[in-house]
Amino acid sequence: MLTKRIIPCLDIKEGRTVKGVNFVNLRDAGDPVELAARYSEEGADELTLLDITATLEKRSTFLQVVEDVAAAVSIPFTVGGGIASEREVEKLLSKGADKVSVNTASLRDPGLITRLSDAFGDQCVVVAIDARKVEGDWLVVSHAGTRLTDRRTTEWAKEVCDRGAGEILLTSFTADGSRNGFSLDITRAVAETVPVPVIASGGAGLPVHFLDIFVDGQADAALAAGIFHYQVIGIEEAKNFLRNHNIAVR
Amino acid sequence: MKQHIKIIDYKAGNIASVRYAFRRLGLEAGLAAYPDELKKADKLIFPGVGHARAAMNILKGKDMDQAIQSFKGPVLGICLGMQLMADSSEEGDMEGMGIFQEKIKRFSGNFKIPHMGWNSLYGLKGPLFKDVPEGSHVYFVHSYYMPQSSQAIGLCQYGEAFTAACSKDKFFGVQFHPEKSGKPGMQILQNFIDL
Repeated sequence: MLTKRIIPCLDIKEGRTVKGVNFVNLRDAGDPVELAARYSEEGADELTLLDITATLEKRSTFLQVVEDVAAAVSIPFTVGGGIASEREVEKLLSKGADKVSVNTASLRDPGLITRLSDAFGDQCVVVAIDARKVEGDWLVVSHAGTRLTDRRTTEWAKEVCDRGAGEILLTSFTADGSRNGFSLDITRAVAETVPVPVIASGGAGLPVHFLDIFVDGQADAALAAGIFHYQVIGIEEAKNFLRNHNIAVR
Repeated sequence: MKQHIKIIDYKAGNIASVRYAFRRLGLEAGLAAYPDELKKADKLIFPGVGHARAAMNILKGKDMDQAIQSFKGPVLGICLGMQLMADSSEEGDMEGMGIFQEKIKRFSGNFKIPHMGWNSLYGLKGPLFKDVPEGSHVYFVHSYYMPQSSQAIGLCQYGEAFTAACSKDKFFGVQFHPEKSGKPGMQILQNFIDL
């Protein structure tokens, strides 16, 4: 049976992970390779590496991180952060990344999704959608959540799939950082609208939140950063909770 | 005795990940883009990601399809590599190498496509799955699949039972990505080294 996936996200700035500073039992929690290997051992199903500097000058540092992580871990990983061209994607994939996620650039240039999908296959094109609830409507936000667009989230999700997205990473900026649980309504609405897998992100704080997002939210995977970095809950702890509630996990 | 494993390099596969996986097992795998470069190889890895017919056309353009079929040692096709070794594929009406006598079909039904993520294996047979327990989870990413086959040495369930691994003589194919499948994946690659 296909299992539900749990995906820790590593924010990377100038070759170092940020946020993960009080991770115990790690020699250097700022080392993305060490953290990636640790998560892999703890049972993470995939990893996401987000380049949060994402300027052209800093890109080479990030490429080295991608290469080092690929060499160290034997689970799949997605890379994202400021990706806007086929050339960048080709480089990231050649270093060993399995998938790339595009966000703001796909809003500015939706044709990018199709070009990436045609060139590299839809299986490696993740479209990241950031959403915020505004007066009852879930609207897409861009530029790391700072700008509101007039696109409705489910409509945009459908469009990116028509354009060739192989997976959707849906982040609720309404729930993000709250630790009060994922946004179940919009995740379910998107999961029921699109034919591809949906990764839910934003709001995880307790093991039961993962159960909720997989059952009520209909997500295929769930992504979290802070709660894993700060060891609020462990990956294995979340998985045991899911197992005890009859959710298939690895 | 040091063996030489070569990875077929035809710009349609996640070659870096396969190389790194062998490196973790202590073996440096080389790349081979032309038939000449297969001469010194003991075993071949035939990876693949992308579109079936496009990939097959690249191989045929270099006579690599013939070179793979006539290769003397064990060959392991991964994902699209396995599919190209079948009779045909619905993806672009691809005509394959015909090593595995099956037609590759597209998933259809009321479930998510691609089949992406960790799924469990059963019906495991033969040396490739030595020390790999029934029910092991491995990583899949694919929209096309080989139906259940008499050449299957491992099955998986997604909508219906399909062939997760197959073999004929010294040819092996796996639909999943052993290089991305954690411990069981590494065991399978080690088993291929040990063949």
